[in-house]
Amino acid sequence: MTTPGTRIRLTGCAKTFADGTRALEPLDLEVNAGETLVFLGPSGCGKTTTLRLIAGLEMPDACGRILFDDEDVTALPIEKRNVGMVFQSYALFPNMSVAGNIAYGLKIRRVPEAERRRRVAEMLEMMRITELADRSIDQLSGGQRQRVALARALAVEPRVLLLDEPLTALDAKLREDLRLEIDRLLRRLGITAIYVTHDQAEAMALGDRIVVMSKGKVAQIGRPRDIYLKPADRFVADFIGNINRLSGMVRNGLLELPGGTLPWDSPDGPLQAALRPESLRIAEDGLPGLTGTVISAFFLGDRQRLLVEGVAPEPLIVDAPNRIEISAGDTVRLTFDADALIPLSH
Amino acid sequence: MSDMRENTLLALLLAPALLVFVAFFLLPIGRLALAAGSGPDGIMAYAAILTDARYRESLIATVLLSAGVTLATLALCAVCGLFLERNRFPGRAVLIGIMTLPLSFPGVVVGFLVIMLAGRQGLIGDLTQALTGSKLVFAYSMAGLFIGYLYFSIPRVILTVMASAEKLDRRLEEAARSLGASTFAVTRDVILPGLLPALLSSGAICFATSMGAFGTAFTLATNIDVLPMVIYTEFTLHANIAMAAALSLILGLITWAVLALARTAAGSSVAAAG
Ligand SMILES: Nc1ncnc2c1ncn2[C@@H]1O[C@H](COP(=O)(O)OP(=O)(O)O)[C@@H](O)[C@H]1O
Ligand SMILES: [Mg+2]
Repeated sequence: MTTPGTRIRLTGCAKTFADGTRALEPLDLEVNAGETLVFLGPSGCGKTTTLRLIAGLEMPDACGRILFDDEDVTALPIEKRNVGMVFQSYALFPNMSVAGNIAYGLKIRRVPEAERRRRVAEMLEMMRITELADRSIDQLSGGQRQRVALARALAVEPRVLLLDEPLTALDAKLREDLRLEIDRLLRRLGITAIYVTHDQAEAMALGDRIVVMSKGKVAQIGRPRDIYLKPADRFVADFIGNINRLSGMVRNGLLELPGGTLPWDSPDGPLQAALRPESLRIAEDGLPGLTGTVISAFFLGDRQRLLVEGVAPEPLIVDAPNRIEISAGDTVRLTFDADALIPLSH
Repeated sequence: MSDMRENTLLALLLAPALLVFVAFFLLPIGRLALAAGSGPDGIMAYAAILTDARYRESLIATVLLSAGVTLATLALCAVCGLFLERNRFPGRAVLIGIMTLPLSFPGVVVGFLVIMLAGRQGLIGDLTQALTGSKLVFAYSMAGLFIGYLYFSIPRVILTVMASAEKLDRRLEEAARSLGASTFAVTRDVILPGLLPALLSSGAICFATSMGAFGTAFTLATNIDVLPMVIYTEFTLHANIAMAAALSLILGLITWAVLALARTAAGSSVAAAG
């Protein structure tokens, strides 16, 4: 039942709505066969619009083309594209049972009854909701509904699975569980999947690659690790995870910051960079460090998050190990490695 | 404690409504039932409805007419209501205004309009006279009644359908389409089930209104008698109060049963829709 993934290409796809809203600037994009691609960005940046273009629910502006493998599907309406869709609002048919929902696409395709029943059972089992088969939709919890929606979308073996914020309506614990399950599912099926979210943790966990979007444009495309460690610009750096800004001066092999100096191996001149909270460490006694004062300390279990002022022009967010006893008002000495710095051009 | 006080308060507030109910509903109905049984034929007045051809045919004609009008109105309004809700075009507001205009007309005026359209001096008559040489007149037949009833049924139903269409979740249709459903299949499997509660309830109202409509039939003075007309003539011309009362009760009973049935069906379809 493995669906061989479809490669998807968009060339010059822009979208201007009837009211003149330019939701998407011309976009070129390639989604590899079997890949999970995540669209990530703040609300209103054009993620859903892009997904709907790929689904066939919207037409790109003139010149835009969409290809599934080598087939040009630009002019095909959604019902001819064979795409699976999963919505934030589940969009299950309220007048059908769970099994009825899952069977719907097969019925439309006139799959014979016996085969249909077998396939529905298979889907129910895959999503671990076999016992819900005869329930009506309003008897299900949000998590169960989204499982049914996934089963319904996958039952027809779509060429690509399109998910628009599928976990956003669920509460935190459930979201985590279902996210893991979706991840396993997508890897096992090898289906090409496009996943829209505004949640960066979700994007990191699920995406083979992430497309970070801003105001209808792509800000960066890359593996989660590249996007986190080498953000293309300030927007991406700010949007993904937490970031600290450093501005200091290098003089005679020393980096000078408000909290002191660190030995520094780069040419003299001003230094502008960013730094992730986990790249800052408490300096060992006797080694160089930058002195600051802890304004607040939050114990998070696996680590503690400190806000330290006096080290850099702006207060720094620091992730410290959970075993060190620290509280607000303490003086700390911080250090970091040169290769942890994220250069920021703008 | 406060619960009890609240209940007492509610009961007090309900009292006037209850009084009105008893005074204007139960008492007259009771008298009506008594009147129906106190004629020369006694309780047999009810049986006459079935045995006397005139009453029986009137009853059947009224039910068929009302059912036909209801079905036609529903079909028409489902299409138009959905279209009007989903499309924005110049003149849309005017069109909705025109379609809901009959809401303000009494039955007499509707009957008058039908005569102007399809009566002996009507528009259609003149037109067919000029075109074919023979005059098409149908205002005074079943067709005239049908047109008239349709005309005054449309506004209520179309407004209900539009309100309900506005609340349909478009994502459901998109999901169905993504699964390969054609426009026809989407309409059958998603849109109509979504509109069903509204269609059932407005259809029931439409049926009830048609069953009891009097003004239009009176104005058209048709050769087929609908039940309210028969009741009127029994009461005023023949002074057959017992028969008029029996017919009234039967008319009320059928209408009430249809309304109750529709409410149950709508209720269960709403429950299924969650
Ligand atoms: N049908 C539409 N008509 C007009 N503007 C729209 C329509 N759909 C979306 N938009 C606008 O396009 C922009 C992008 O929307 P969307 O793709 O839904 O963003 P996202 O999913 O990233 O939150 C927004 O400014 C939104 O208001
Ligand atoms: Mg969106």
